[in-house]
Amino acid sequence: MTTPDKKPFNVIGERLPRYDGADKVTGKAVFGPDVTLPGMLYGFVLRSPHAHARILSIDTSRAETLPGVYAVVTAADLPPAEDTDQRYARDNTLAGDKVLYAGQAVAAVAARTPTIAEAAARLIVVKYEVLPAVTDVLEAMRDDAPILHEEMRTRSPAGRSDKPSNIAEHFRYVKGDPARGFAEADVIVEREFRTVTVHQGYIESHAATATWSDTGTLTIYTTTQGSFAVRDHVAWLLHLPLACVRVVPTEVGGAFGGKNTSYVDVVAALLARKARRPVKVTMPRPDVFMATGPSSGAAFRVKMGATRDGRITAAQAELYYAAGAYPGSPVGSGANVMFGPYAIPNGQIDGYDVVTNGPRVSSYRAPGATPANFAAETVIDELAEKLGLDPIEFRLRNHAKEGDVRLDGGTHGHIGGIETLEAARACAHYNAPLGDPRPGMRRGRGVAHGYWGNWGGRSSCTLTVNGDGTVNLVTSSVDLSGTRTTLAMQAAEALELPPERIKPGVGDTDTTGYADVSAGSRTTYATGIAAIKAAQDIIAQMRRRAAELWDVPVENVTYAQGVFSAGNEFRFTFAELAQLVTRFGGAVSSLVNVDVPQWGAGFSTQIADVEVDPETGKVTLLRYTVVQDVGRAVHPAMVEGQMQGGATQGIGWALYEGYAYNEKGQMLNANFLDYKIPTALDVPLIETVIVEVPYPEHPFGVRGVGEPPIVPPPAAIANAIYRAVGIRPDRLPMTPAHLLEKMGVI
Amino acid sequence: MTNKTLVSATINGEAVEFLCEPQQSLLECLRDILGLTGTKEGCNDGNCGACSVLLDGQLVNSCLVLGVEIQGRNVTTVEGLADWRGLHPIQQAFLEADGFQCGFCTPGILIATKALLDREPHPSETQIRAWLSGNLCRCTGYDKIVRAVQIAADHLSSVADSSIH
Repeated sequence: MTTPDKKPFNVIGERLPRYDGADKVTGKAVFGPDVTLPGMLYGFVLRSPHAHARILSIDTSRAETLPGVYAVVTAADLPPAEDTDQRYARDNTLAGDKVLYAGQAVAAVAARTPTIAEAAARLIVVKYEVLPAVTDVLEAMRDDAPILHEEMRTRSPAGRSDKPSNIAEHFRYVKGDPARGFAEADVIVEREFRTVTVHQGYIESHAATATWSDTGTLTIYTTTQGSFAVRDHVAWLLHLPLACVRVVPTEVGGAFGGKNTSYVDVVAALLARKARRPVKVTMPRPDVFMATGPSSGAAFRVKMGATRDGRITAAQAELYYAAGAYPGSPVGSGANVMFGPYAIPNGQIDGYDVVTNGPRVSSYRAPGATPANFAAETVIDELAEKLGLDPIEFRLRNHAKEGDVRLDGGTHGHIGGIETLEAARACAHYNAPLGDPRPGMRRGRGVAHGYWGNWGGRSSCTLTVNGDGTVNLVTSSVDLSGTRTTLAMQAAEALELPPERIKPGVGDTDTTGYADVSAGSRTTYATGIAAIKAAQDIIAQMRRRAAELWDVPVENVTYAQGVFSAGNEFRFTFAELAQLVTRFGGAVSSLVNVDVPQWGAGFSTQIADVEVDPETGKVTLLRYTVVQDVGRAVHPAMVEGQMQGGATQGIGWALYEGYAYNEKGQMLNANFLDYKIPTALDVPLIETVIVEVPYPEHPFGVRGVGEPPIVPPPAAIANAIYRAVGIRPDRLPMTPAHLLEKMGVI
Repeated sequence: MTNKTLVSATINGEAVEFLCEPQQSLLECLRDILGLTGTKEGCNDGNCGACSVLLDGQLVNSCLVLGVEIQGRNVTTVEGLADWRGLHPIQQAFLEADGFQCGFCTPGILIATKALLDREPHPSETQIRAWLSGNLCRCTGYDKIVRAVQIAADHLSSVADSSIH
């Protein structure tokens, strides 16, 4: 780990114990499925076995009469949709007249036990007219493909199509003169790539427990990245006033973007209202795979050209992303970041958002970026090789700087991509010998570089000063993996107090200010800004109160290192003044809402050493290093954890993970045996190099950390495989079969 | 109504009795009947290890054991690791090493670690990885988990050394 400049901080940069640590190692932490309320019933959701079918009828009569059943609901229990977006969301909650993916919810039961609920659901008779299904993005674009939405027309630069289509949108970015750019190039590489749907793979399933008061207010305990997002979604679909829905977020057992969206909250609410009892709905693992929001399978065509002296003159790409049943794939963000690290004078990007008979995709850590980076960084590597340049040197020669305009029209802010690449070039791993392979094996080292833009957005933080000088910090930003600690550390830094004096917590939607979802790597950054501003306001209020008590002008009251003073005469510690103001004249607290308009992009360079067995196509990771600009590492151990965890998800994406469908559009591997995510045996210890290029819009220089590390792994591994066995993989996952096929073995 | 069986067992050192339906897994009994929600369900088919418990000292996926099978037997869950003296050295090690992020797989990994260190007090990195390969973690990339197990082994061997003296 490198820490360039010794920091002028008391708390920031320390490896402090996590506030939620003890509860997490003792089993006391309450996650979504752990919630139990008095008199609670268990819900079970009946799902479509068909990937595409019209619902002709639903007969729930036998289920309703099974002893122990309290409620059965279908789409008929939902208010009518008022617009297309609401219809999509309504149908994705409980299907209306058509199912668009295998696993789509069609009815739900609440019963005394989970066993009865499931048995009752199996008594519901649904008559379907089965339609042909299409799960592949390119097949869904063909003229003869089954149409998912009869009313859907393609929005494109040319206007609106006149025929129904599965292409929801086609957009195009053009910069400069791509034809001229390619004409100037001495070397051009053009390649095609395919990837398949992958899942976030959080170990905790979605679970929601709903209960209604007799006055019509609804409370939902749920595992989510955004309590307000769930509140707004439930109120919107059930046509309720926002004030009448209270969402209490639980601890979250992994999310990675997959818990930005609400899946079982509305169903739990409907069942609880009908049963007049609290109802918990937990999704079984196969349902999580089949009916939540995985990431898009995609197809790419990429073309890049460069001059002999290693200058990229033009880039062009087509991106085709499968959105699943309803439009909204992350093709836009894939296009934004694809060539983003580099200053490229000419280029064109065409993006296509295509509906397919799969679950509606949602966010997955740096949504859309990983497959786009795989395509672009493989081509970059090939260009570097053709030009005879070191892959890091080639990237450095072309790297974007602050103020450079990307192909998508966006402008880079204060970025640390060059510093990240330089740190990678200087790190121990990049300079170490690869070592001799085991007999018959081949080794290679690959590099890839990528970034994620991160996010700011709306956050809220409340600080309340207690009579003993401790401070409660409450935010609505759900803590996914340690942000209570990083927020408390920032508040402690700004309050100039020891961190143990700050007690952080996450509140519910009735008692906290509004916040966007904990996503986009924004919580430590944007909610941190709210915490710092609240701390500054607390100090200002306390100075005013001290001035009143001492009868001196407020400007004469200073605060430093936990002590208020005015000249040599007056002195209060924070705790002494806290005691006085809490007893007399009204306690001190501060609620700060922010909408942070700027945020710092995070770059990550990754180095992979692989050993490939040319007979079996098996790839073993020997050594792996993640280099990343994090702006300022608030809690270095947690920063390392994000870098290691993000890279490991990317390694899974690279080598193992992917949805398999049969010709009927049914998922074949909806379990953790057949959908393989990395185990402890599949990865080495993952080295981390923290680079700190402070982001100027945050008082301590913080950038988002969570997402950038998932972006480069597939490309880094593909480039390593090329150096080992001389073939360039162009599919994810890079299975042994794909490698053997490329090597001409099968 | 289904016929229920009265099961008597020892869980975390305490004698317990509960009524169990024949199809209910040990995981369901722990969570829904006994309120021991520290043991987690990640997949319910034996592939993720979040529901790991010790059954007579042996590591099992509690989703693959029927509740009625623990009749007369000893079960240890994550709630049984800490005692009146405080956290177990394995728990301390995971706190020290930041060996978790969301914490959902953690109870199962702590139990699996206990089973490993009970039989192999000084495991190599490869042994740790092989032993924990039945416990999926999606947050950490396993690096800090492996290091936490190594620290736990050190803690436990120093505890063992001091108890000899």
